[in-house]
Amino acid sequence: MNMNMNEYLNLFLEESREHLQNINEGLLKLEQNPQDEETLNEIFRSAHTLKGMAATMGYENIAELTHKMENLLSKLREFEVEFTSEIGDLFFKCVDSLDLMVEKIASGNNEDHDISDLVELLIYYEQQDSSQRNILEQDLEENIDFNEFEEKLITQGLNNNFNFYKITVEIAEDCVMKGVRAFMVFRSLEEIGEIIKSIPSTQEIEDEIFDNEFSVFILSKNSSQEVKELLGNITDVTVKEIISPSLGDIPETNQLEQLATKTDNNTKNKKDNLNHKLSQTVRVDIGKLDNLMNLVGELVINKTRLEQIYKTNDLSALNETVEQIDRITSELQNVVMNVRMVPIDQVFNRFPRMVRDLAKELGKDVNFILEGKETELDRTVIDEIGDPLVHLIRNSLDHGVETSTERQRKGKDPTATLKLIARQEGNSVVIVVEDDGKGISIEKVKNKALEKGLCTEAEIEQMDPEGILNLIFRAGFSTTEEISDLSGRGVGLDVVKTKINSLSGSVMVESQEGEGTRFTIKLPLTLAIIQALLVKVQQEVYAIPLANIDETTIIGESNIKNIQDQEVMMLRGKILPLLKLEKALELPLSSWDMEKEYFVVVVRKGNQQVGLVVNELIGQQEIVITSLGKLLSGISGIAGAAILGDGKVALILDIGTLF
Amino acid sequence: MKEIQVVAFNLAKEEYAIDILAVQEIIRPTAITRVPKAPSYIEGVINLRGNVVPVVNLRHRFGLKEEEQTETSRVIILIINDMKIGITVDNVTEVIRIKEEDIEVPDLSDSLDQRFVQGVGKYNGRLLLLLDLEEILELTT
Repeated sequence: MNMNMNEYLNLFLEESREHLQNINEGLLKLEQNPQDEETLNEIFRSAHTLKGMAATMGYENIAELTHKMENLLSKLREFEVEFTSEIGDLFFKCVDSLDLMVEKIASGNNEDHDISDLVELLIYYEQQDSSQRNILEQDLEENIDFNEFEEKLITQGLNNNFNFYKITVEIAEDCVMKGVRAFMVFRSLEEIGEIIKSIPSTQEIEDEIFDNEFSVFILSKNSSQEVKELLGNITDVTVKEIISPSLGDIPETNQLEQLATKTDNNTKNKKDNLNHKLSQTVRVDIGKLDNLMNLVGELVINKTRLEQIYKTNDLSALNETVEQIDRITSELQNVVMNVRMVPIDQVFNRFPRMVRDLAKELGKDVNFILEGKETELDRTVIDEIGDPLVHLIRNSLDHGVETSTERQRKGKDPTATLKLIARQEGNSVVIVVEDDGKGISIEKVKNKALEKGLCTEAEIEQMDPEGILNLIFRAGFSTTEEISDLSGRGVGLDVVKTKINSLSGSVMVESQEGEGTRFTIKLPLTLAIIQALLVKVQQEVYAIPLANIDETTIIGESNIKNIQDQEVMMLRGKILPLLKLEKALELPLSSWDMEKEYFVVVVRKGNQQVGLVVNELIGQQEIVITSLGKLLSGISGIAGAAILGDGKVALILDIGTLF
Repeated sequence: MKEIQVVAFNLAKEEYAIDILAVQEIIRPTAITRVPKAPSYIEGVINLRGNVVPVVNLRHRFGLKEEEQTETSRVIILIINDMKIGITVDNVTEVIRIKEEDIEVPDLSDSLDQRFVQGVGKYNGRLLLLLDLEEILELTT
């Protein structure tokens, strides 16, 4: 495939994903409100666009499936077919298949995906036009449920000019062998047509579990009179009634009018949507933005140099220009940073569907509430936050939320509420996953922690409830006994915590037993620019992220003690282990200088505090994180590099892996 | 007749060459930041107009004696597998065209680890060692 085609392919993939997401969202809305025409139209448009794109690109399976979806959708739009939960499920399955096909294309896998089953079902539903639908509805009124297979048979039969009868048969009260008579009725009917269903079921009738009457649904080419005569020949059997459910009801005039107004609304909605689209956007490759960001970074560095020149050479003529450049560069920096910000919706939008599917699978009734979809986060954070959130949501649905019956027994609203909220707080973004399920039992956590040897009895004694609760983030902890398909495959919340920590964020849990659980994740707005403390270790400069630092202090040689070969110092009555950075950074070791004072940067990794000994504190600064590249990736203790104002490169320490 | 263009440079009295298509630019040595725990032949990282680029010390990689930088020392910035990487050399001599038929793959086990050398190019009586960059940077494994 040449370059050009590749570019189209990427565009196609991206837009397809977007359209599939639209359809997904639309279907969820439609499930809530099947009458929502605007949503139906939106789905229709997305499917239509997708079909067009796929056909142009030569992906015939996608085109075919979307085409069939479109057909059924248009029947739905014209009220010829009613939106039922089965149709909803079918559409969801179609979207899943389409998704799969798109991802296959993305991964360069050209293997065909079998869509014949879906296409068949789509056609089947599509052919249920209103007249046949009416029969089924009539039956439904009498509380008779035909399953999918039976419905299909009926529709096919009607299409092949069979008559559809409901025959009610009465067997004389004094008849001794009712079962045998009934059997004879079935035998006779089988000869003239196809029995779809009977009430009560055939098995029950054979077992004589019925009063004197039963009904049979049958497709037959014979007239009702012939059927009646045939059955009349059997002793002790009288045909009570034969109904042939009416065909082809013509909508009445006012219904037509309704239709007309509805179509009017349709067109109006379309126009509204067109107006909506006028605010234009451009797709940009994230790599290009990164480039732009780098260039701006260079500009900032050079601006600093220019300022230096202006100051040292006292060129007052430069003053105004330098100030202008300063203003423009900082504005440019802001704009570029802003461009990299993406609404968290990108991550959130897949959750409603996920929650719906999971809740269905688990047989739980859940009301999922999303708030703050428009909250913006840096692209780099967005890409990473999805998995931890999936984990937390699954956890809530699986372990937190109870079934409706259980909730009712506890006197709670049978429908559980699961909330996913995002909001900005200062320089961070807070994401909350909250459920009103059964909560976490502190006792259970205690026992489990002891049992798994995560901590000692004495340690637990000293912990406050919050501390105990947070034990669930320890590696190797999982309170559910049985391993479920959804979550808790041995890997637990510790994975979530590790991931979020690696994003320089934190996660916290609050829970009230019986009332619910709330996980709060706090993330920095961006990973690209962080506040850091610059320190000097011998002659080298390193940056320590401010987020990891608790405090800084000074010590003299005399304050350093040795406990079991570990150098420690006393900090406000607490023992603080010390780590000479020169040792961690493989510099030649120097011995302590009695005369000098050393600086200690107290950093925190989880619950552990360590004092990093450095030679000098340079100061706090905003730095742009640059990756060290593939060749140097995965070096423990180093998170990346930053280019300082003087053009030199300083390495950023990764406290999580430093010691 | 096919020929390739190479950048020729010196390192400890030997003459080496790299395919010019892999070379982005040649710069004078700048401040290098040491990277702890990195492979020992990586001298550190430099700031190349806002990009952080790792620099490989070729002398160290080839097991040659380390020497002070001189006025002629250069860093050749290469692009290999989309990565920017610098290598330090004693001096860069010229850009040469070598005919493909003048390149041989001899047995060189005495002077230099053979795995770093793709072949030897003959040019006006000079011998140029053509380097296998992927092997030098351990990208093949």
